[in-house]
Amino acid sequence: MITVHNLVKRYGMKTVLRGLDFEVQAGEFVALLGPNGAGKTTFLRILASLSRPSLGEVSIAGYRLPGQAAAVRTRLGVVSHLPLLYGDLTAEENLRFFGRMYGVSTVEPRIREVLEMVGLAPRRRDLVRTFSRGMQQRLAIGRAVFHDPDVMLFDEPYTGLDQDASAMLDDVLRSVAASGRTVVMTSHDLMHAEELASRFDILSRGVIGTSVTRKQLGKTNLLAYYKRALLG
Amino acid sequence: MAATLSHRPSKASLMKAVLAITGKDLAAEFRSREIFSAMLVFSLLVILIFNFALELDIATRQSVTAGVLWVTFAFAGTLGLNRSMAVEKDRGCLDGLLLAPVDRSAIYFGKVLSNLVFMLIVEVIVLPVYAFLYNVNLFNVGLLLVILLGSIGYTAVGTLLASMAIQARTRDVLLPILLFPVAVPVLIAAVKASEGFLAANDFSTIYAPLSLLIGYDVIFIAIAYMVFDYVVEE
Repeated sequence: MITVHNLVKRYGMKTVLRGLDFEVQAGEFVALLGPNGAGKTTFLRILASLSRPSLGEVSIAGYRLPGQAAAVRTRLGVVSHLPLLYGDLTAEENLRFFGRMYGVSTVEPRIREVLEMVGLAPRRRDLVRTFSRGMQQRLAIGRAVFHDPDVMLFDEPYTGLDQDASAMLDDVLRSVAASGRTVVMTSHDLMHAEELASRFDILSRGVIGTSVTRKQLGKTNLLAYYKRALLG
Repeated sequence: MAATLSHRPSKASLMKAVLAITGKDLAAEFRSREIFSAMLVFSLLVILIFNFALELDIATRQSVTAGVLWVTFAFAGTLGLNRSMAVEKDRGCLDGLLLAPVDRSAIYFGKVLSNLVFMLIVEVIVLPVYAFLYNVNLFNVGLLLVILLGSIGYTAVGTLLASMAIQARTRDVLLPILLFPVAVPVLIAAVKASEGFLAANDFSTIYAPLSLLIGYDVIFIAIAYMVFDYVVEE
């Protein structure tokens, strides 16, 4: 579903990604882990077609980036640590707006369906700026799945959430994964990543250093594996 | 889960996206009145300050009208342009727009249209206030046409430059520094054409600034259409 070969990203003299290779099969849930500055967000922004690679090949669902970016975007849902929502619009107005931007033909029934899914149906007519951080993040997931994408990208979705909101987000993420979508999530939060993902890739110094599936990890603690991978 | 998609962006979907963005901006502004109130209060203050500062006789007031009006519109327009793009940047909404599978020029045209509507509403309120304070008759079809053309040119180039300035930390001061030099031709042409219509000059003397205004609008909209994708992408 996602194939990346020899990806390089430079910002002026600084090289952030150094020949990164990455592959994800349909239906996989991959947690992309790594220290600050490893290039996780840069990598995700390239997959999301928000940033152009300096070198290398990226294809999603058979479409190449950046050449076929519009086709990729129809198959992509993105959630970042920022909500990407308008505070002065209501929950349903936000979804209606993004539905029109994505050319979704059945907007009104879809709004009801998505708000039910993220548990915000009772607050559909409330302005988003009155929502808590956790509610905004749930609505952000609703916005991202609105056009029924095959691939979901999550960039640090737990940032700024308290325990209750994190638990709710876990539930929503589980339902997203259970729907058969391919998911790539960057996170510092190893506990949540360990609960949700089927594969763990560790990004360090601009390349994927190590990769392990849940099965291969067995009873090994992810934190212990992560520390070992970074050290050595 | 099944939502039917029209995957390939078409001309129709470009138009729909433009209208969706403008509609969203107007709905959000209708609630917050953040941009509109700042532009309007600023405009009224400027014409009030000019009124007391100049204290001119009626004939001289007539001759400075075009200049005072366009200075007011340009400054108020800059406030609106800055705020309109800041709203997109602050909560990551610009990324949300860029992720949509539509031609990115739809974002540009949607923002131009909403900025133009804000600017025109402010102008519609400012003109009668100005006419009352300065005792000048501004209800001239030619002048209204110039205001429309000048506002289109100003918002066309202003929206493009605001999209660039928004990426910088010093965006509030950067936009006027970028915009005013580039907008000089549209402002000079608009002032000259406005003066011509207000003084009821022969059309042959107005033709040149009016042509410059139309040419500027067409050229800058075409340039913005070609480069907007690169401006907003990292």
